[in-house]
Amino acid sequence: MINKVVSGAEEAIRDISDGATLMLGGFGLCGIPENCINALVTKGVKSLTCISNNAGVDDFGIGLMLKQRQVKKMISSYVGENAEFERQLLSGELEVDLIPQGTLATRCLAAGYGMPAIFTPAGVGTEVAEGKEIRNFNGKDYLMEYAFDADFAIVKAWKGDTAGNLIFRSTSRNFNPVMAMAGKITIAEVEELVEAGELDPDYIHTPGIYVHRIFQGKDYKKRIEQRTVRKSEV
Amino acid sequence: MFNKEEIAQRIAQEIKDGYYVNLGIGIPTLVANYIPKGINVVLQSENGLLGMGPFPFEGEEDADLINAGKQTITTLPGSSIFDSAMSFGMIRAQKVDLTILGAMEVSENGDIANWKIPGKMVKGMGGAMDLVASAKNIIVAMQHVNKAGESKLLPSCTLPLTGVKCIRKIVTELAVLDVLPEGGFKLLERAPGVSVDFIKQSTAGRLIVEGEIPEMKLNM
Repeated sequence: MINKVVSGAEEAIRDISDGATLMLGGFGLCGIPENCINALVTKGVKSLTCISNNAGVDDFGIGLMLKQRQVKKMISSYVGENAEFERQLLSGELEVDLIPQGTLATRCLAAGYGMPAIFTPAGVGTEVAEGKEIRNFNGKDYLMEYAFDADFAIVKAWKGDTAGNLIFRSTSRNFNPVMAMAGKITIAEVEELVEAGELDPDYIHTPGIYVHRIFQGKDYKKRIEQRTVRKSEV
Repeated sequence: MFNKEEIAQRIAQEIKDGYYVNLGIGIPTLVANYIPKGINVVLQSENGLLGMGPFPFEGEEDADLINAGKQTITTLPGSSIFDSAMSFGMIRAQKVDLTILGAMEVSENGDIANWKIPGKMVKGMGGAMDLVASAKNIIVAMQHVNKAGESKLLPSCTLPLTGVKCIRKIVTELAVLDVLPEGGFKLLERAPGVSVDFIKQSTAGRLIVEGEIPEMKLNM
């Protein structure tokens, strides 16, 4: 067994430097690597390119990094819910590449599967297709989109073991497994870290080969973006 | 004239037993409340869930369980969870039977614009471009005219496109229309109290009217 355990977020991100390209898992605020984001804010690295479906909110998630002007470019599918983001975008401080959500996920997948590119119909005939190669298969047009090339992928899992195997919980899985596969170096923070052998191999979502560093995170806030409930039945 | 709830109610009648359905944000989300009783339908949420249930009871919210609108939800017996790549994989592979989404504009050849208004803050297309490019059956829920009274059913879209030649059916506050493969909006039904003439005036694109146009009926 190869031991992947590091002491915490600070050690896990120790070699992330200015100008790095990072993938960050999560959908909205669900399943985001809270500990590593906080450590990146403390470390103060700058000029980052962040590949993440969303950009957090003003005072949580990637929003915290935006506030410190640490992000040079966001590659995302949807970036609402963040006033500081909007301000930086309109003032030209921040570069944004908006891409379809399925394209984003599949470009991660391609990287993790060792495939240089994918063909997707998403965006054909729209501005997303500008300057991209189009191929016709069986009478339908597809865009060629390249696999992502990220220096680090930072993901959050529910459980992990010392060998780096990961299990995700509910819809906090989202982009985390595909990003975990796609980083040159993948960092996983988990709610519960156990010894190798304690997780059933049949139930592993991400095999440890994709994970380089793992640690048990702490103080998860798990903020809810849209709290929607129904009245209890009396 | 229909309100948003009634538009959702009318669209729900298009859902058939055994369908896997993806509902967009806005009016489409309301469709879930009107799915006919006695049929089995599975709702897909593109953040990675099949079998989306209702909102949780107060105090039972789970931060790890949300839908694509980031709302807290529940699962149902038979639900499954998967990652984002598989979620769009099943959309691309046309395993999802029906997609219902909102639109700012639809053209008479089935183009849709629903993600970007030049000059305004652009939030992104989310999963909309993937959905419209791959879905085999798309119904659009939208307002027939904008607040200024201008038609949103056009000869060609003026806003940046989300997808081309992909919309088959539209339900608005005024009418139900098919978008014909050869182009044109074919009027199928009109909302109660709305005349064919009024629908003609409210439709900038080519409107095809054949025979008597019945009033929309809502199965209660």
